[in-house]
Amino acid sequence: MLSLRLPIPIENTLITPPPKSNNKNTYNFSLSPYLHSSYSCNQANRFLTVTNVAIHNDGNSVGSADTVAEPFPEELNAEPLPKHVAVIMDGNGRWAKMKNLMPSAGHQAGAEALKNMVKLCASWGIKVLTVFAFSTDNWVRPKVEVDFLMSLFEKTINSEIDIFQREGIRISVIGDSSRLPKSLLRMIEYAEESTKENSKLQLIVAVSYSGKYDVAQACKSVAKKVKDGILDLEEINEDIIEKELETNCTEFPNPDLLIRTSGELRVSNFLLWQLAYTELYFNRALWPDFGKEEFVEALSSFQQRKRRFGGR
Amino acid sequence: MEISKGYTVHLFEGLYCYLRRFLFRVISVGAVPYHIAFIMDGNRRFAKKMNLAEGEGHKAGFSALLSILRYCYELGVKYVTVYAFSIDNFKRKPKDVQNLMELMRQKIEELLHQESIINEYGVRLHFIGNISMLSEPVKVAVDKAMRVTAHNNHRVLVICVAYTSRDEMVHAVEESCKEKWSHLTQEPSKVVKNDKLNGLFENKIEKHSVLPSSCYCSCSCSLVKLVDVERNMYMAVAPDPDILIRTSGEARLSNFLLWQAGTCPLYAPSALWPEIGLRHLVFAVLNFQKYYLYLESKKEKKHKHKLF
Repeated sequence: MLSLRLPIPIENTLITPPPKSNNKNTYNFSLSPYLHSSYSCNQANRFLTVTNVAIHNDGNSVGSADTVAEPFPEELNAEPLPKHVAVIMDGNGRWAKMKNLMPSAGHQAGAEALKNMVKLCASWGIKVLTVFAFSTDNWVRPKVEVDFLMSLFEKTINSEIDIFQREGIRISVIGDSSRLPKSLLRMIEYAEESTKENSKLQLIVAVSYSGKYDVAQACKSVAKKVKDGILDLEEINEDIIEKELETNCTEFPNPDLLIRTSGELRVSNFLLWQLAYTELYFNRALWPDFGKEEFVEALSSFQQRKRRFGGR
Repeated sequence: MEISKGYTVHLFEGLYCYLRRFLFRVISVGAVPYHIAFIMDGNRRFAKKMNLAEGEGHKAGFSALLSILRYCYELGVKYVTVYAFSIDNFKRKPKDVQNLMELMRQKIEELLHQESIINEYGVRLHFIGNISMLSEPVKVAVDKAMRVTAHNNHRVLVICVAYTSRDEMVHAVEESCKEKWSHLTQEPSKVVKNDKLNGLFENKIEKHSVLPSSCYCSCSCSLVKLVDVERNMYMAVAPDPDILIRTSGEARLSNFLLWQAGTCPLYAPSALWPEIGLRHLVFAVLNFQKYYLYLESKKEKKHKHKLF
């Protein structure tokens, strides 16, 4: 069948459309999609104006004394809102390179963006936020960068614990802890212990994590239970494996929405089992520039998805 | 008049075919994906859009599948995997499920015809998933198709029916444990007392995973390794996909190849599955080629990291 039609209206719905804005601070994208006729006209309304969020390191962080909770945006409906949002915080290095800064400055800016994201989630009633801070694949990066990241994690957790306590945020860390520095491990243990009763928002930070590792260690636990006679072979099912995954630290282990920044269209070994029915959202903005407007756009996209879970 | 019209159409089709093959020759200068996976979404919406009966949407989807297979195999793609029917789809109305089963049986029979693309390209068919959940006529057709094409070795088509990725992983774990258990019970002399079937996994892929020393059995045959689990996966018949394409604009994996597609680029054109065309495939492959260069440089860095 003749299927090549010119001009070629290629639209990859994984990439958010470029913003229509006269604002000098917006990125100029070369891709200008044609609306496919099968889209509803609601899609046109999704072309929100996006401005770059300037990263101000003015010492304000989540829940500081004079910070007020963010009001719920008017553009969004109250329902449906994802209970669990997962984020692949990609683009710190490229952000720093664009601004002629060291990669460490990019990661620092990324940490500020994360603090902002935590504040938004806590304000808008999202129950769980999982962030992909460091993958098992990232260990191949230069030692200087890896050491900086480890110390950045430690410093950030240390500086935010009191705020998490005040704001009712619980922190959990998942991943293979065997390669992490001892001081960071101690900080993580302290933070998890001191915030474990908090229930407003659960922040899950994936450090030295990979989806395959998570499934593999869950399979290991299941097999050990079979060996110890706690479980029969016939009883092994999806629920049993799910209970052994590292995301068993939360009531909502499966993300409803996954956001990946910087335009890369893949999940990079993050939460493989848990992403079975997750709505994927990809944004071209680099992580340090991902702010409130971009998050609202992601949530708006989520609210327009029709989730069928295989049924009608 | 009609004869000359038919001749003109034939001429244009031949010209289009020639141009397409030329285009593929040009694209093949770069990396060609070895394995492409498709989530064939949008058949029912297509039928609604065209005011057709629902079954007609699935039939149009099957024609689209044949076209895409032809393009893939012409380009040099060796493995194609398609998500035909999920375990979750059994939740649909029983009549819809029954109609789909009957359609599946018919189309499997069609695929085995002499002049079909399967024989033209020497395609081996694999039907993977929880086959026991299918209706009896479909199971018979599936067995026959796999048997008849077992000797083909040029191309592979993997059709996922009654499949979900989580079910695949559970099945793989069960099978691995059963394998090791039956191996141990057959060779009792090799079993160390109080240590039979540690059933623990040695994570060979993730070198930096820590296993406590007590996990290691003195008899290495009793360890269930990650490679055992991967070997027992339904998708062990094919390598990991290089591109995953989902049509109809929905951006989710829907429990498809979660383990295998962890690092592959995703592409979600807004076209419904029966509307998928050459341009979508070309676009996906060009994007893959861009990502391939990045992936190769990453592999090189990883290799250097291991050396030092």
